[in-house]
Amino acid sequence: MRLLYFAWLRERLGRAEEEIALPSSVRTVGELMTWLGKREVPGGALFGESGVIRAAVNQELVGPETRLREGDEVAFFPPMTGG
Amino acid sequence: MRERVVVRIESGDFDPGAEFRLLCERTAGAGGIGSFVGIVRGEAGGRAITAMTLEHYPAMTERAVRAIAEEAQRRWGLLGATVVHRVGRLVPGEQIVLVMAAAAHREPALAATSFLIDWLKTKAPFWKKEHFADGTAAWVAAQAADEAAAARWR
Repeated sequence: MRLLYFAWLRERLGRAEEEIALPSSVRTVGELMTWLGKREVPGGALFGESGVIRAAVNQELVGPETRLREGDEVAFFPPMTGG
Repeated sequence: MRERVVVRIESGDFDPGAEFRLLCERTAGAGGIGSFVGIVRGEAGGRAITAMTLEHYPAMTERAVRAIAEEAQRRWGLLGATVVHRVGRLVPGEQIVLVMAAAAHREPALAATSFLIDWLKTKAPFWKKEHFADGTAAWVAAQAADEAAAARWR
């Protein structure tokens, strides 16, 4: 599964994207964030700070209950600040 | 049939007068056009800004902005709308975003214009980073006031 990161999340993680093998225990966006939050990587703990990181699956904003499928493009980012 | 909603995401500058004339041409019969142009400010929290960088999610941005513009079109029965949002590096005084809404009467035109800019701030994948005169830079924090402004259109 392809993961993309933007803005300060990208900077804190030190990468703009990565490929991961989805563990079978991870079925939803929220579960993926919990799993990512437990990884021992710089900035990983940001995923555990609930309510901060937003997600999009296949370029659509989604909530934590959204189901994941192999091949999805999942993006994580801070609250948006356009306009 | 002419497109009701025109959306562009680009790094270059735009000409509000030219966009206005194009919107007029494709919305014959409109009674009014509301518009808003955002401009990069020269300071934030009392600190001088030398530049602003707008990051975005290229695969998602245009689709998300178009969905917002089509939502405005549906809600207020707009005859047409134009949204241009710049990305990349901008300096103070530069134009950053343009929204225009054409409707039969002023109320829907003005309400739709407010809606468009409120939702662009909180629901489209853009992130601003401010570069300060002392060489430091910081990501702009999402403002509760912007969330509240977007929430009033729910």
